Amino acid sequence: MTTSDIAQGDKNARPLSLSGHVGFDSLPHQLVNKSTCQGFCFNILCIGETGIGKSTLMDTLFNTNFENFESSHFEPKVKLRAQTYDLQESNVRLKLTIVNTVGFGDQMNKQESYQHVVDYIDTQFESYLQEELKIKRSLHNYHDSRIHACLYFIAPSGHSLKSLDLVTMKKLDSKVNIIPVIAKADTISKSELHKFKIKIMSELVSNGVQIYQFPTDDETVSKINTAMNGILPFAVVGSSEEVKIGNKMVKARQYPWGVVQVENENHCDFVKLREMLICVNMEDLREQTHTRHYELYRRCKLEEMGFTDTNPESKPVSLQETYEAKRHEFLGDLQRREEEMRQMFVQRVKEKETELKEAERELQGKFEQLKRLHSEEKSKLDEKRRSLEDEINTFSKKKAAAELLQGQSFNTNANLKKDKDRKKSPEMEAKDVNLTCDEATNQNHNCCFRNL
Amino acid sequence: MSDSKVTAHLDGIISDFEGSEVNPSHSNMSAPPHPQPPAKGASHGTGDFSYVGIDAILEQMRRKAMKQGFELNIMIVGQSGLGKSTLMNTLFKSKVSRKSVVSNPEERIPKTIEIKSISHDIEEKGVRMKLTVIDTPGFGDHINNENCWQPIMKFINDQYEQYLQEEINIDRKKRIPDSRVHCCMYFIPPTGHCLRPLDVEFMSRLSKVVNIVPVIAKADTLTLEERDFFKQTIREGLRANGIDVYPQKEFDEDADDRMINDKIREMIPFAVVGSDQEYQVNGKRLLGRKTKWGTIEVENIAHCEFAYLRDLLIRTHMQNIKDITSSIHYEVYRVRRLNETNAQPNGQPPNTLVNPQQANGAAAQHQVLTHEM
Repeated sequence: MTTSDIAQGDKNARPLSLSGHVGFDSLPHQLVNKSTCQGFCFNILCIGETGIGKSTLMDTLFNTNFENFESSHFEPKVKLRAQTYDLQESNVRLKLTIVNTVGFGDQMNKQESYQHVVDYIDTQFESYLQEELKIKRSLHNYHDSRIHACLYFIAPSGHSLKSLDLVTMKKLDSKVNIIPVIAKADTISKSELHKFKIKIMSELVSNGVQIYQFPTDDETVSKINTAMNGILPFAVVGSSEEVKIGNKMVKARQYPWGVVQVENENHCDFVKLREMLICVNMEDLREQTHTRHYELYRRCKLEEMGFTDTNPESKPVSLQETYEAKRHEFLGDLQRREEEMRQMFVQRVKEKETELKEAERELQGKFEQLKRLHSEEKSKLDEKRRSLEDEINTFSKKKAAAELLQGQSFNTNANLKKDKDRKKSPEMEAKDVNLTCDEATNQNHNCCFRNL
Repeated sequence: MSDSKVTAHLDGIISDFEGSEVNPSHSNMSAPPHPQPPAKGASHGTGDFSYVGIDAILEQMRRKAMKQGFELNIMIVGQSGLGKSTLMNTLFKSKVSRKSVVSNPEERIPKTIEIKSISHDIEEKGVRMKLTVIDTPGFGDHINNENCWQPIMKFINDQYEQYLQEEINIDRKKRIPDSRVHCCMYFIPPTGHCLRPLDVEFMSRLSKVVNIVPVIAKADTLTLEERDFFKQTIREGLRANGIDVYPQKEFDEDADDRMINDKIREMIPFAVVGSDQEYQVNGKRLLGRKTKWGTIEVENIAHCEFAYLRDLLIRTHMQNIKDITSSIHYEVYRVRRLNETNAQPNGQPPNTLVNPQQANGAAAQHQVLTHEM
């Protein structure tokens, strides 16, 4: 029933002057109070070769003993070790995470060294992104583990950067704020140091490595920041031991030829580093990480996944639409693949079936053939047997006939014999005898044959 | 995708993690409490060498906040003639209300509820603030006031929507402009009896999406006893209808907070009188209303509770109000919005890009809501 008529005032707000004290100048104070209650969080990544003094510098920087132990030089891969500490100074609570690289620069083949570091940084961004994209999220309670500052320790060779250094820094400069420091600076003399610094900076510039520049837009700190930008990289010395100088105990390294005082600005740039890193620019480091490096990561990641802000007709596309479209695609893809698999399965089954049928048929064929052979042989054998029996029958008939005949002929022969005996020579008798003998043997044979 | 590759490497890394031990070593730096925060970059030549400088971050934050400036969006809701514009002018000691900006020759009640917002840039002691006053002429002025809360609700949700759209952009601004309504001041006419149905209806619906600060307008028509009785009745009415006005009980963070907020809860709604004219009282020029029987001093707490309201709103709880808007009300809106577009056809929640997980307690309590648009 009631429609609304939203008429915005001018977008450019009009400046107004107050005629009295309102009191919102306490707003920064309220903001700071809230942050103090919540606590702050800061994450430092230290990259450097084993034994270059990373842990000692951290101890010196934060004035505590972080209980690190030395690592060996024989690590097969670069690993990252993260430790979180709760520090407190006056009423400020800081959750400090120090990530150390273990085994950096120790391998024979250093090609993969930087990859672990890059992956670690990306993982932290990823978990923040996941938290941000959750439906039910709790960003305010989230422990931010993204790396805010990366201290890159350069070995004090006095000549130039190593190629590993250049490669690593180039890979990291778009992901994290890099602050290069020259470690163990007490091995370099002042003049060498000056040349070394210039050489390093020029190498970084010529290779297009973007290290972190201290911000110069706020007048309160621009002067000091600009000055410090010119002193980069800081030449630092770390020490957790104290030496008595005059009547004070100071952090220093004692050599036979003198004492290097850590907090003496003439000896090294430690104080400057501490000031820049902690006292002046900590908040800016955190902000840069969030607004520049994290946003870049987020943009790349989302674009990689296929989300865009505008579709081909360059109309703004909402994340939801893209997401829905992607999901449809994905589901469709899934279904298609399922179909394919099912089809393939069915096909295979068919093939197997036909194969088996073939084999069955073959076997059947063989079986029948064998059967046929058998029956053939059997019939042959039967035939043979029959013919044999026939032969036996005929033979026995013949034999019977022959016997009969013989009986008759014997009688006649006997009669003749009486007649012929007078005429016949004894050969005839021999013949008769032979005949009889033959018949007898025949009979014998008959009997034998019968008995078979 | 490169996910699988990252996970594999992460395994390699985790296996060497010394556990991310939260060493609860409250290693107190044993720094002597410094009289004032360290000046920017002053070297501690003569100071204690064990000082690290972590607390300098407070100064850095302050500096950053001052540079960025603040934003505050207040909405004023109430029938016409209750003194809303005057109160705004009194609160911010300048002509911030719409009437002062847009000269309106005839005071007419608009036919439909309009929502008009005016922005101002004000500055005090180096702190810059962009104040937006959102006026709702026509509210409660018609004969039939059903659904009068709808356009206002829609406006508030539109602001949330705008912020959400910007936030989920791929290429988003460094600082998302915040136009969300931080605080809604609801003006109760000084009848002296109890809450009217219109009041109950509006506040019960809107207390779920925005911080409501109820005030009794034109409180100079009530005597002190009448005022106390009225306040008590209102508080009972709010309780009976389950209306949670600012400061909401469920968002108290710790015991200190609760103590402070309980004191405030005893006093709401504030009975206020507004005026932008100064009069001479006892030799001083004060803001007030001059009548034949005396002058009502606006900033005198014996006369009215304007000072409490101003302190609450501006001097002590402004940041808190903004925080509750952004971390609780906005998150509730976001959850609802993402759920309604992401739910699959069969109504199951998605589990790919966004993972629904346990919310923190306060937000979880807000899940059982019915929002009507």
